[in-house]
Amino acid sequence: MKAIDIIPLFVIIPLAAAFLISLVGRFIKRSSEVIIFISSLALLGFSIYARFLLNSAPGKILVYKIGGWAPPFGICMVMDGLSSFMLVTVNLIAFFVAVYSLSYMNQYTDKPKFFTLFSLMVCGMNGVIITGDLFNLYVFLEIASIASYALVAFGTEAEELEASFKYAIMGSIASAFIFIGIAFLYSFTSTLNMADMARILAYKQNAWVIPFTGVLFLMGFGLKSSLVPFHAWLPDAHPAAPASISAMLSGILIKTLGVYSLVRIFFNIIGSTQGYLTVLMFLGAVSMIVGVMLALSQWDLKRLLAYSSISQVGYVVLGIGLGTPLGILGGLFHLFNHSVFKSLLFLNSGSVDYAAGTRDLKETGGLGKLMPVTAKTNLIASMAIAGIPPFSGFFSKLIIIIACIQKGHFGYGLCAVIGSILTLVTFMKVQKFVFLGDVKDKLKNIKEAPFAMVFSTVCLAIICVLGGLMLLPSLRFFLDGAVAVVLKGTSYAGIVLEAASRP
Amino acid sequence: MIDNPKSGMTLIVKTITRLTVGLILLFGIYIILHGHVSPGGGFAGGVIVALSFVHLMLAFGKDVAISKVSKNLASSLESIAALMFLSIALLGFLGGSFFLNILPKGTPFNLFSAGIIPLCNIAIGIKVGVGLFAIFLTLVIVEKSK
Repeated sequence: MKAIDIIPLFVIIPLAAAFLISLVGRFIKRSSEVIIFISSLALLGFSIYARFLLNSAPGKILVYKIGGWAPPFGICMVMDGLSSFMLVTVNLIAFFVAVYSLSYMNQYTDKPKFFTLFSLMVCGMNGVIITGDLFNLYVFLEIASIASYALVAFGTEAEELEASFKYAIMGSIASAFIFIGIAFLYSFTSTLNMADMARILAYKQNAWVIPFTGVLFLMGFGLKSSLVPFHAWLPDAHPAAPASISAMLSGILIKTLGVYSLVRIFFNIIGSTQGYLTVLMFLGAVSMIVGVMLALSQWDLKRLLAYSSISQVGYVVLGIGLGTPLGILGGLFHLFNHSVFKSLLFLNSGSVDYAAGTRDLKETGGLGKLMPVTAKTNLIASMAIAGIPPFSGFFSKLIIIIACIQKGHFGYGLCAVIGSILTLVTFMKVQKFVFLGDVKDKLKNIKEAPFAMVFSTVCLAIICVLGGLMLLPSLRFFLDGAVAVVLKGTSYAGIVLEAASRP
Repeated sequence: MIDNPKSGMTLIVKTITRLTVGLILLFGIYIILHGHVSPGGGFAGGVIVALSFVHLMLAFGKDVAISKVSKNLASSLESIAALMFLSIALLGFLGGSFFLNILPKGTPFNLFSAGIIPLCNIAIGIKVGVGLFAIFLTLVIVEKSK
């Protein structure tokens, strides 16, 4: 095998794991846990290895032709700085969530089914990131979405089923918009390969099709990434799912299916104009403020975190919408940081739920003495999400605010500051009502969460603390590679087609 | 099974079903196997195969259909078919690329031609057939409480 052959492995490994688990999981006890651990560890290892492989590749891009068919005729897989950045993020979170689920899912029956769906979701997300074909992107997006609808309903209580149904309806509407957008682009350009499409669109400008499909994609991917006018499904779906799935949904699913696809299509295929950027910035700023205001008044811990996710995705979209190198750097860096600390917060809420049996802020209290590790990891994540200096969230928010001011958008900069302060207030509320104060009588006997759960949360907390180091010159390549791809815009077409023509 | 008037539909429906169900199954298999030379393929053929079992269930009741393909068998076959498809794709690595068609292509429009495409169609046919049947089984699993 050549080194480039690891690119399709990001789809092969989770797909094989999913069906192996559903085949042998019912017969051999604990086999599902072994398979999911090995496959997610392998994916994490391969994604980091692929990032270093990319450094030595000519033009910092690797194109894999499936079945030996050269684009635009066959489907190709494109690994560039942005894909690689997203792959590392997704597989990092997926690994820790998988380890956490080994213990956490003991409360539910039928672990093999859970891990099957979990693997399929990872397969869908990896596929969306790695593919170079627009229809292929849609197929993987549906794999990930449908797996997540089933996972939200995993508890099969009335609340879960209702949330899952709502999520399925909204998700299907989003998929329909995306599908219609792809159909219009296909009829206009007669190709589905993303690079070829960008090449043809570049000399067919001034057509009504482009802004029309732009709006369709904005609605579709806006729904998937739950920007504010499209956010109604998220506060129901995230609390209803098992905590590990909430962490996946909030940490990476809305970013891969929503933000990444939006960026890839708007910047690399259609080409970003000032109009799209203004809309993105506005939606980002509105999400930022509305999300955190709604979060403040919540008393259900997971619902609070879900609303806070809307606000944090707003930061990412605002940063990317600025369109300047610094803004995009801030946006993508915040995307990574938010994946880490929001997954950590959701996993902590799962630990609290696992130990105390409730996640209502009015019923908990004083858990800091009984669950010292969870309390400390939660404190670290809270400070990171609120942007307290040494933690990772501070640097990304600072970069976004500086980029706003550099571009002269003082209003958006102010929104970002206000959003950050309100986030701090929100998480002070969590810390006070869950971990500080006196222990309630009925919670006297609870214990710290099991080892697998504590291991994941501690590792994620360490990444939160050290996340800021990614801005050091020797580690900057990870972020800079992703920013460079977004900045290249529609010249992506030429780069991919040139790389594909290499033997 | 035809002598049990309590389950399923009337004698007329049962008799007609007995005559046609095999033909429907055969037609599904034909569509799958000829997928690479004529319209159709794994998905369309798989749906027809599933319909033949659904037909059986509608006419004779749930128990008869489950005695032919149980839920566990359907679930296992579905996973096996998916893994089969993936391993056919993985075989391409022997020739140097994922999904590469490594088998000899033969003459066009012969039944034994097109390399791995008929094998892929068979895997997809099994997967879609048992998958759709399993979905139908799940839909009828709810019973009236006695």
